[in-house]
Amino acid sequence: MATIRLDGLTLAYERHPAVHHLTGAFEPGSLTAIVGPNGAGKSTLLKAIAGLIRPAEGRVTLSRLDRREIAYLPQQAEVDRSVPLSVLEVVALGHWRRMGLFGGLGRGQLAAASEALDAVGLGGFETRPVGTLSAGQFQRGLFARMMLQDAKVILLDEPFTAIDTRTTADLLDLVRRWHDEKRTVVTVLHDYEQVRQVFPETLLLARELVAWGPTDQALSPANLMKARAMAESWQDDAPICHRPAA
Amino acid sequence: MGLSALLLDPFLDYAFMRRALVACLALSLGSAPVGVFLILRRMSLLGDALSHAILPGAAVGFVFGGLSLWPMSIGGFGAAVAVALLSGWVARATQLKEDASFAGFYLIALAVGVLLISLYGGPVDLMHVLFGSVLAVDNDSLLLVAAIASVTLAALALIWRPLLVECFDPGFLKAVGGPGGTIHMLFMALVVVNLVAGFQALGTLMAVGLMMLPAAAARFWAASVEGMALAAVLIAAISSTSGLLMSFHFELASGPAIVLMAGVAYVASILIGPRESVLRRLFPGRHLEA
Repeated sequence: MATIRLDGLTLAYERHPAVHHLTGAFEPGSLTAIVGPNGAGKSTLLKAIAGLIRPAEGRVTLSRLDRREIAYLPQQAEVDRSVPLSVLEVVALGHWRRMGLFGGLGRGQLAAASEALDAVGLGGFETRPVGTLSAGQFQRGLFARMMLQDAKVILLDEPFTAIDTRTTADLLDLVRRWHDEKRTVVTVLHDYEQVRQVFPETLLLARELVAWGPTDQALSPANLMKARAMAESWQDDAPICHRPAA
Repeated sequence: MGLSALLLDPFLDYAFMRRALVACLALSLGSAPVGVFLILRRMSLLGDALSHAILPGAAVGFVFGGLSLWPMSIGGFGAAVAVALLSGWVARATQLKEDASFAGFYLIALAVGVLLISLYGGPVDLMHVLFGSVLAVDNDSLLLVAAIASVTLAALALIWRPLLVECFDPGFLKAVGGPGGTIHMLFMALVVVNLVAGFQALGTLMAVGLMMLPAAAARFWAASVEGMALAAVLIAAISSTSGLLMSFHFELASGPAIVLMAGVAYVASILIGPRESVLRRLFPGRHLEA
C-alpha cells in the first residue's frame, strides 16, 4: 500500500523555513488533519507532498505510489473562474489521467461525471458556467472532480473555508467515504471540532512538528499551547541552521 | 454607384486588393483565436509589448537586406523571442514582476528599432515598418502569412485542452503532471509568429490590433471559449474587409483603417453585444422566478 514518508523535511521561502525538519509518515488508508496557527507551514507541506515545490532539505518519499495518483485541492483563490467553462467540463477534468491531452471522453466517463455531480448535490448544473456558481457550489464541483480522479492519496487545503454548514457536512461525508474506500486523505483544517469528530489522526504543525498521532493526544491542551507560542515573523538575521538532515 | 460597385468591384478590379484581402483573412484566422487565449490568461498587454519587441530584429534585417521579407521576419521573430525569454528570466531571477520587466525590455527594443531604421533608411521605410503596407503584400509574404495561420490553427487544436486548463487552474494541470511550462512556451511562440505575420501587413504598431480587438469584442458575443474564438475570427474578418474597402474608397492608410474598424466592432460589442454589454446592463429585462 501507498505510504508517504517525510524525512527531515525542510521547506523554505528565500531560505527561511516554513516547515522545519519534519519527520513522520502518512500511513496507507489514514485520515489525517493538519492543524496549526497561520503561517505554520500547513499549505506548504501539502504542496511539497503534491510535488509542487522542492524541499530545501530532507525529502518526501512516495512508496508504491506515483505522483499522478495524488489528487490535490489547493485553496480556492488559485483558480480563475472567469474562464468560461461549464460545470461538466470542469468536473470531467477529473478524468485527465485517462483522457490525457488529446483523448476524448467516452459515454461511460460522461456518465461518471454526471454521477459525481449528483453525489455532491450539483445534479442539473452540468451546463452552467463555473463563473456563476457560489463559492460553496464551486467547492462541491471541485470535490466531484476529485471523485473522478480516483486517486489513492487525496490532499485538501482548507476545503471548508467560507462554506456553509450543510455543504461542509455533505463534503465531510464524502471525506469519510474516501476513508472507507481505503484512500489516504490529508486535510488542512482550522476547526478543531470537525477534526475531533471526523479525523482519527492529527498532525499539529507550527513550522516545527508539535505532535503527530491520534487526534485526542495530538490536540491536548499542552500541545495546543505549544503551537500557539510559535513566533510567526521571520528573523532577518536568523543564523544558518546546522541541524543534521535526518 | 451600386452596392456591388462599393463592396465587390475594388476586389474584382485590383489584384493588390485581392492579395490584401487574402492576407488579412488569413491573419484573422490565426491571430484572433490567439488573442482570445491572451485575454483568458490576462496577458492582453503582453501582445502589445511583444509586437514592439519585433522592431529591432526587423530593423537589423532591414539593415542587411533592405525591405525584404525573410531577413525582417526572421529578425523580428528572433528579437521578440529574445525579449520574451529575457523578461521571463528577469521576472524569475529578480524581484521585478513580469509585466514590469516586459515593459522595460520592449521600450528598449522599440527605441533601438526606430533608431536603426532611421539611421540606415528614410522616413518612408520607418513608416513602412511601423504601420505596414498591406496593399503592397507580395506573393511571398502572402505565403508566409497563410503558412503561419495554418500552423497556428493546427497548433491551437493540439494544445487546446491543456492551454485552457492552464488558464483556468494551472495548479491542477501541474498536479496531474500536465506539461504546463511547455504549453506556455508553445503558446508564446504562437503569439510571436502571429505578430510577425501581422507585422508584414499592418506594421509593428498595428499588428496587435487584429489580435486583441476582435478577441476582446468576442467576450460580449459568446459564452464558451470555442464560441469566443469563432466570434473573434468573424469580427476580425469583417473588420479586415470593411477596413480595406474604407481605405480604398476614402484613400486612407490601410493598416490603421483595418484596426479602426476592429475598434468600431469592439466599441459596438461593449455597447450592444448580447452578453453583459452596456445595453444588457441598462435593460436587463424583468427578473425570473428562480
